[in-house]
Amino acid sequence: MTTFTPTSAAEVLSAVQWATADETPLEILGHGSKRGIGRPLQTEHTLDLSGLSGVTLYEPAELVVSAKAGTPLVEIEQLLAENGQQLAFEPMDYGPLLGGETGKGTLGGVLAANLAGPRRLKAGAARDHILGIHAVSGRGEAFKSGGRVVKNVTGYDLSKAMAGSWGTLAVLTDVTFKVLPSAETETTLAIRGLLDDSAAAAMAMAMGSSGEVSSAAHLPERMAARVLDGKLGGDPATLLRVEGFGPSVAYRVAHLSDLLGNAGPIEEIAGEASKTLWRDVRDVRPFADGTDKPVWRVSMPPADAHHMVLALRMQAAADAFYDWQGGLVWLRMEGEPEAELLRALIRKFGGGHATLVRAAPAWRAAIPVFEPQPAALAALSARLKAEFDPKNILNPGRMVHSSDSATVAGVSEGATP
Amino acid sequence: MSGILMPKPDAATLSRRDEIVADMRIIVPGEGVVDAVNEMRAFESDGLTAYRQLPMVVVLPETVAQVSRLLKYCNERNIRVVPRGSGTSLSGGALPLEDAVLLVMSRFNRIIEIDYPNRVVVAQPGVTNLGITTAVEQDGFYYAPDPSSQIACSIGGNVAENSGGVHCLKYGLTANNVLGIEMVLMNGEVVRLGGKHLEAEGYDLLGVMTGSEGLLGVVTEVAVRILKKPETARALLIGFPTSEEGGQCVADIIGAGIIPGGMEMMDRPAIHAAEDFVHAGYPLDVEALLIVELDGPGVEVDHLIGLVEAIAYKNGATTCRMSQSEQERLTFWAGRKAAFPAVGRISPDYYCMDGTIPRKELPRVLAGMRELSGQYRLGVANVFHAGDGNLHPLILYDANVPGDLEKAEAFGADILRLCVKVGGVLTGEHGVGVEKRDLMPEMFNEIDLDQQMRVKCAFDPNHLLNPGKVFPQLRRCAELGRMHVHRGQMAFPDIPRF
Repeated sequence: MTTFTPTSAAEVLSAVQWATADETPLEILGHGSKRGIGRPLQTEHTLDLSGLSGVTLYEPAELVVSAKAGTPLVEIEQLLAENGQQLAFEPMDYGPLLGGETGKGTLGGVLAANLAGPRRLKAGAARDHILGIHAVSGRGEAFKSGGRVVKNVTGYDLSKAMAGSWGTLAVLTDVTFKVLPSAETETTLAIRGLLDDSAAAAMAMAMGSSGEVSSAAHLPERMAARVLDGKLGGDPATLLRVEGFGPSVAYRVAHLSDLLGNAGPIEEIAGEASKTLWRDVRDVRPFADGTDKPVWRVSMPPADAHHMVLALRMQAAADAFYDWQGGLVWLRMEGEPEAELLRALIRKFGGGHATLVRAAPAWRAAIPVFEPQPAALAALSARLKAEFDPKNILNPGRMVHSSDSATVAGVSEGATP
Repeated sequence: MSGILMPKPDAATLSRRDEIVADMRIIVPGEGVVDAVNEMRAFESDGLTAYRQLPMVVVLPETVAQVSRLLKYCNERNIRVVPRGSGTSLSGGALPLEDAVLLVMSRFNRIIEIDYPNRVVVAQPGVTNLGITTAVEQDGFYYAPDPSSQIACSIGGNVAENSGGVHCLKYGLTANNVLGIEMVLMNGEVVRLGGKHLEAEGYDLLGVMTGSEGLLGVVTEVAVRILKKPETARALLIGFPTSEEGGQCVADIIGAGIIPGGMEMMDRPAIHAAEDFVHAGYPLDVEALLIVELDGPGVEVDHLIGLVEAIAYKNGATTCRMSQSEQERLTFWAGRKAAFPAVGRISPDYYCMDGTIPRKELPRVLAGMRELSGQYRLGVANVFHAGDGNLHPLILYDANVPGDLEKAEAFGADILRLCVKVGGVLTGEHGVGVEKRDLMPEMFNEIDLDQQMRVKCAFDPNHLLNPGKVFPQLRRCAELGRMHVHRGQMAFPDIPRF
């Protein structure tokens, strides 16, 4: 058991080349803040990138920041905040949910897990803001993709290929993100007392209005009491965030209150409280309970997801709340994960996918953590993995069972005329 | 055609042409197969008209099953396929090959679903970019990416090229506005990536497909995000004595936390050409003209216009006009949008380039261009998506003067080399295609390009889909897959710790 702690891209390259030559799998790690997500790994060695740290370029006027992959996210966020800027996709912090520390995680990990936050509706995820990467493939080769400018279609977008790849394609050494100005001010409207279906309708109406809502979440009964230190009370709360310049926010808040006035009583939550509220939603505070009760992250068409939740609750005990206008459902199961039931209901009620982000290791080893894909797509994904990592040494088996991907290793060799 | 070598036509395929055409008529019955030379002329080039080539046969399928059967047929028989949407590519992405089937997707022209609660339109790939907005605008919605060719270009082609437009600093490129696609692989398999939910599962193959220039798969369905149209939009027309001052104004606007809906810059030759053409009332005594458009609720637009105006004057603006009506706003844009045809009036031909640079390098790149313009003795006019650093130099030449086209291409290549040198890239939104293919090594080394080609191998291991585009040198997938074990140079033979 060896832990490599490289401090330069050249050292990362050497370590991967050694592992490639020896066909020895590596666990790729930043701070390990999301280590509990995915199928449990059984690797002898660890490549710890936390020493590969530091901002390499930050030009506020050009809206761009580059840093070594192991740079702490909090360091980047602080630097940007000093200049009135931010990562607009507000990457979530899995720490509270997984029972770890808050404020951990690296910039490379943000991309590898394709993190996002409540502003996903308007601003997208890490994949939408990544401009360029430097990385080392499982072949033991250092390559780059993209650049440092916002608009670029030169060659395939391998930077996006890294988004949500969980360290299974290449080891990131340097990442460049687009940054944006932070909003001058924000106000959240909380419509109280709505059931899930009325909340879905209210959120769809708000998102389809010219109120330019940047986040829409629904906390059903009991969930509302678990954010903002309980100050919101226990009644259901349907939350709409309005951000921007002062006069614009005031106007849009009035517009939305008018539009949704009949839906239920509306409260306004301004400034710091609003920020804290959305951070709590982002970081899944309602389920940060210190247990390892199974938690699912479900992505579905926003207006359809509540039908799935209702059907699920007929058959299993579960708590749920919604972000992304309903398009992101966080589910905590009282008992077993019920993977097959859940995934069948997702297919039935509009499609999408479910990831088991928290569960005891035995569950994560026994059932597919990531959504199983149809055969043709699974084969394509496996071929892509093999083209980056033919010896299957980078986080093997984290996303799919190793033997599944091993069968297609070295595709390029065999598939030539 | 100038000096770009395309893959050598396959003699075996050409010798079986009649048989292949007959089989195509079985796969796509009816009027969907075109093999008469005079009828194929319409397809011999795309928006990059300097390059022309007749295809072996043109096929216009109508169903996903037909696309799947066609690709499977060609894959099994080693026949090349070039996909084409509306044929508006400016980089030769849809340039036919002599021995290839040209697969034209224009009959896939239906809107499949409009879903307002989820703010999604699902369309077939041949629907035009503007067609999507047209389908939803009566309800106050629109599709944000708006390439200049939006009347004609197809949404499938937009996915292939990751198309941009003047609004993408605020609203993103195609990649940020597409939620899902259905596509057919070269082996005939039909695959769905994403859908109406906000993110696809597994690897971001949707991200890889977007901008892959028709080399990885054929898109047969697209789900896009639609947005509520902003309540108002107003534009400012700002003139500066120097491009430096204009550039600084752009930086200060962004520095103030303002991301305008559109922010375009033109240089003196472009201003004059446009003003002579459309009489938009552009000032003629300035070196740089900035159009800044602010959109959103009226109170927000009024607030920001005031801020931008102050920033403009602080940076030495000599003129600053605010649109007083929707009519006047459109007039401000008319000159910019007509910049290409306007330049077409002052020169027999023009060649449009598409580099992106870090914005602060604008003065240096403009100076470099002036120098090159002198060396090549060809004029150049510049329009510039100022917010995101995407330059469109228009090189003026005369195709009837022997050697002028080659000179224009060499001039263009030098401009793009300059873009890369200052930290930019070869293409911001038009794609590599055949046009910039041989310049790829300016930006990428062999390892970078090999890894991109390996991605191609995962989708199309026989290099049959749109070969000769994007990559300067095609390498067999077997060769690319070979591992060179670096054991000999291992720095850490004994499992070291750093």
